[in-house]
Amino acid sequence: MTGPEMTETAIFKDGETDRGFRAKWFANRLVVYGVLILWTIICLFPIYWTITTSFKMAPNVMQGNLVPWVDYQPKWLGWRSLGLSPDTIGAESTVRDEFVKRFINSSIAALASSTLAVILGSLAAYGLSRFSYKFGYMKNDDISFFFLSQLILPPVVLALPFLVLYKELALLDTRIGLILLYTLTVLPIVSWIMRDQFAGIPTELEEAAMVDGLGVWGAFFTIILPIALPGMVAAFILSLVLTWNEYFFAALLTSTYANTLPVMVASQTGSQGISWWSMAALSAAAILPLVVIGVVLERFIIKGMAAGAVK
Amino acid sequence: MSGNDQLHVVTSDDISAGRIRFGKTLIWGSAAVLALVALAQVAQIMDWRDFGFSTWRPTLFAYSFWAICLCWAQVVIRGEHGKRTLFVLPAALFVVSLTVFPLLFGLVIAFSDWNLSSPDGRQLNGLANLRQMWTDPFYWNAMGNMVWYTAAIIVEYAVAFGLALLLAGQIRARKFFRVAFLLPLMLSPVAVSWMIGKSMLEARFGPLARLARLLGWENPSFFGSPEVAKITIMLMDAWTFIPFMMIMLLAGLQAIPKELTEASRVDGATGWKSFWEVTFPLMLPVSITAILIRIIFKLKLADIVINVTSGGPGGATDTVTSFIFREYRDRSNVGYGTMLAMVYLVIIVIAMTILMKLAARWTAPRT
Repeated sequence: MTGPEMTETAIFKDGETDRGFRAKWFANRLVVYGVLILWTIICLFPIYWTITTSFKMAPNVMQGNLVPWVDYQPKWLGWRSLGLSPDTIGAESTVRDEFVKRFINSSIAALASSTLAVILGSLAAYGLSRFSYKFGYMKNDDISFFFLSQLILPPVVLALPFLVLYKELALLDTRIGLILLYTLTVLPIVSWIMRDQFAGIPTELEEAAMVDGLGVWGAFFTIILPIALPGMVAAFILSLVLTWNEYFFAALLTSTYANTLPVMVASQTGSQGISWWSMAALSAAAILPLVVIGVVLERFIIKGMAAGAVK
Repeated sequence: MSGNDQLHVVTSDDISAGRIRFGKTLIWGSAAVLALVALAQVAQIMDWRDFGFSTWRPTLFAYSFWAICLCWAQVVIRGEHGKRTLFVLPAALFVVSLTVFPLLFGLVIAFSDWNLSSPDGRQLNGLANLRQMWTDPFYWNAMGNMVWYTAAIIVEYAVAFGLALLLAGQIRARKFFRVAFLLPLMLSPVAVSWMIGKSMLEARFGPLARLARLLGWENPSFFGSPEVAKITIMLMDAWTFIPFMMIMLLAGLQAIPKELTEASRVDGATGWKSFWEVTFPLMLPVSITAILIRIIFKLKLADIVINVTSGGPGGATDTVTSFIFREYRDRSNVGYGTMLAMVYLVIIVIAMTILMKLAARWTAPRT
């Protein structure tokens, strides 16, 4: 693969210096791919380890077997304890019911709060990118900064006031309570990404639409929204990742009904007697949805994170 | 007002006096409802009269009703201008209600002696919490740890920059490497705590412990001594968040015009020289944004610490958040914990403001 390319790119094909250059180029490639592959292993090995461990039995763990079918024979032990192995999937399982309940809680909290944040954040970002406001002494830049400044607020500051407030409002241990709080935590990121998106859309588009008789909101929904959709998807996915993985608030504000998956994983991590294979199966099940999202929707995530970086 | 707008709209609103009156009635009427409900609830709390409320929810509903009326009235009173306000107002109301009220509430808690397990309930105790904080070695230890953790960002940044340069270079299977490098960011810190902290770093059977033994470390223990434990936590956090910086830097690298790097090559700058004199200065604004955001995320570091070490050994890995978390959950000492959190917030706000001012001054003349 290197040969033909070289003859195409190198203009001077003769002479000692060229051959020296070629050797140097080859060494350079070797180092580049070496580093890339090393870092790939660093990134992927923990995931590989977790998934393979969930199919191990006690002796396999102790012997440090790594490759299924070569080192050891995969068994469904870990997944059986979750009630998710082929032979237990049809049977009753309290652990699986618990797991499914947490999984649904996590999904609802993450999806609902991301949706709410994208709606609120997009509207605000669009307004701020198009019109000039004056709320009291606050102008557009101040309002933008106000939204963004929420990012600095550490969760620990809000945790207890919310605990007390939710207790009074009977929102403790409810999904609604979590959704509101999660929306608040991802709103700054969403509005930041979306402001960047809307700033890149020329205002002539709406002006043309308004000449045709549409109002501000009409122009927004029919003209701008379809163009900004990829950006909104990016913001949505990024919010989804952050809210799905959130642990701190969920640990403090939920107990029985609205518990999320990270809380379940954490409560199992703490107990000493838990076996590796069950823990690995649980962790694998918890990370799998996001691994899939990461692989399938990678370009949206990168788009979202890149939005704020380059002005 | 519309003179400064990006989007110029010709408005010819003719709003009648009756419509304005209706809008004002909406706002004040709903505000009156809110005030009445709140008053009734306060009256019940104060034992003046029993209305049969069991929670504060009616006030919440009245508040939501008022918020909706306020948004609606904007359009009624101010027509086209009101429709514009409607873009920002819902988000602003949402954020204000969910941060300003809890923060004010938090301030009250911070200045009280309140232990959830004691029967006395909440009592204001003035500055006693502050005095206790001043002499609490564990809090300042956690604060010191945060400085170390934040300092580790420099190393993370260097690694992320290197990876971004590799990904921006001419390589094959770029998409594969990009997805692989991104994945750690997608994983929940809690799952990572088990996957890496509890199993891969386990002293007897963990693969990393085996690797360490193979490389000649007799009795590998990743959480035994304070220094090693701190570095392990740093590495685990770096593992999850390096992709984040890497992607921002990659976006920055790809935005650099090709002509610039080519021109520098024509001028004879190669390798290191080209990097330090062309690429790095051009990347400065992106780098500063990435580092600032990374600092913000780093200051929230807690999940891994809570689940892997619980702050041990001897508080060596404690972050402020994980310390307060244990203060809440293990000791139920919420008054004191909230004061610690408030002080942390003040310190963060001051530090971030200084950093942002410095960053703005630093980048301004060069770009």
